[in-house]
Amino acid sequence: MVRQGNSITIAGQPPAVEPVTDVTGSVRLASVSKVFGRGGSAVRALDQISLDVPPGEFTCLIGASGCGKSTLLNLAAGLEEPTSGEVSVSGHVALMFQEPALFPWLTAAGNVELALRAQGLGRAERRQRTTGLLDAVRLGGFGGKRPHELSGGMRQRVALARALAQDADVLLMDEPFGALDAMTRDLLHDELDRVCAGRQLTIIFVTHNVREAVRLGDRVVVLSSRPGRVIDEFAVPIEHPRRIDSAPVAELARRITDRLREEMSHGDR
Amino acid sequence: MATANNRASLPAYEEKLAWLEAQEVAQPDERRSRRLAVKAWNSLWPKLLAIAIVLAVWELIHLSGWKKLIFPAPGPTLANLWDQLHTAELWHAIATTGERAVIGFALAVVIGGIIGALVSRIAPLRAGVGSLITGLQTLPSIAWFPFAIILFGISTTTILFVIVLGAAPSIANGLIAGVDYTPPLLLRAGKMMGLRRLSLYRYLILPASLPAFVAGLKQGWAFAWRSLVAGELLVIIANQPSLGVLLSTYQDQADMESATSIIIVILILGIIVDMLFGVADRTIRRRWGLTGAV
Repeated sequence: MVRQGNSITIAGQPPAVEPVTDVTGSVRLASVSKVFGRGGSAVRALDQISLDVPPGEFTCLIGASGCGKSTLLNLAAGLEEPTSGEVSVSGHVALMFQEPALFPWLTAAGNVELALRAQGLGRAERRQRTTGLLDAVRLGGFGGKRPHELSGGMRQRVALARALAQDADVLLMDEPFGALDAMTRDLLHDELDRVCAGRQLTIIFVTHNVREAVRLGDRVVVLSSRPGRVIDEFAVPIEHPRRIDSAPVAELARRITDRLREEMSHGDR
Repeated sequence: MATANNRASLPAYEEKLAWLEAQEVAQPDERRSRRLAVKAWNSLWPKLLAIAIVLAVWELIHLSGWKKLIFPAPGPTLANLWDQLHTAELWHAIATTGERAVIGFALAVVIGGIIGALVSRIAPLRAGVGSLITGLQTLPSIAWFPFAIILFGISTTTILFVIVLGAAPSIANGLIAGVDYTPPLLLRAGKMMGLRRLSLYRYLILPASLPAFVAGLKQGWAFAWRSLVAGELLVIIANQPSLGVLLSTYQDQADMESATSIIIVILILGIIVDMLFGVADRTIRRRWGLTGAV
């Protein structure tokens, strides 16, 4: 799947430059800019962002509010078109929001099953896979519950199961645990780790919580604010299983926070 | 990825948190049934009190001697109602009127539903007829009778026609409102899941519109019932005793007690059906978690 901004693609003709990392599950943004509005009131949300996420990598995007994190995800999800530059995503994309966005008229199982139905799976296979997915997020006994009967953390786990049901190669997560309390969030980090193990899943995870980024990511990408630009990148060479309160996580988080502070003080001047 | 397989962690701690979460969800059962009884009584006593007040005011008006010769007293009227309930004539009338109500309302649901579905999804149609539907909603449906009588004569069709014109706009508007207020976040989630066009409509937009649609049905029913009774008073078909025919016959005979009994029957039937919609509405709200109490 290749989307282009200003450049024109003629149908049937291959793009001039074949992306190097065009393997299933890769996400590639090449000098992508996004401007909202026109003329004097135009807002440049993203400015010349280039980002390569290889298949299977867990990338965390971090930045202060207004860095265009959500815009970036919307571009990768194909919900918006870039103003210029090129976005190429290979494979299926699933998106998880800060709110669980579950359908209140369906049970937990029904929500997961609808994602399978959208792919055209038959009834028997849907049942079987729904059970498996709910077990994977450890909600085995809760399939018959409606979203409002579940706690916030459980709802977000159903949303995770529903995202996994889409059999995506790329999972985009827009501050999915931002509205949860620290203890539940901690639990969900473990959950996410376990669920990802054994799946070849590329994840782009947006957050404003630096420790969360270090706890989860293989790589942390730091964005600047207004307009959003990539200002730094940190590899996270910490062994799994990780704990959010462990010394190496705290140490790297401190370094990233310092970098963010520096950037923000530049912005104030 | 090499790191992916190492991601298993701290099982005991996790189990404990999961257990804590499950406790939040569990509900004690016995308290629930007691709460139900209290709830039933809480909703019953204001109704009983209201009925008692109405009867008391009615009796007071009677005692005051206002229009003494023709104003019916509550006691004899209720006795008259009791007697009428033991006649085949009243039940026959209820059956006739009830049948018209069911057919007319069903037609209104089908027609209003189709119009609502089309108008909500097709922009030019909405621009064209959107405000017309609201206009029709405010037009008293009784105004259609002269037109309908000329078209269909003194017939059941005339009555059904006016019921549909009375109820369909509310039903269509209910559906349109439901579609309009489908949360954008749910739409995004549905589109990301791969729901498109018809499947998006069937599995997401329609169910999301259900509460507003039921509200439209409730309002549509009120209009349908009004139109029906008005129709039966205006369009009197020979050999078809309906509630409207009975009412107008008793009026001709200046039999106030019998006429009042029929009015009470019409009122009660209207309220019963309205309550059914109320039950449907509350059931949906409870299932969706839109009520304060679970």
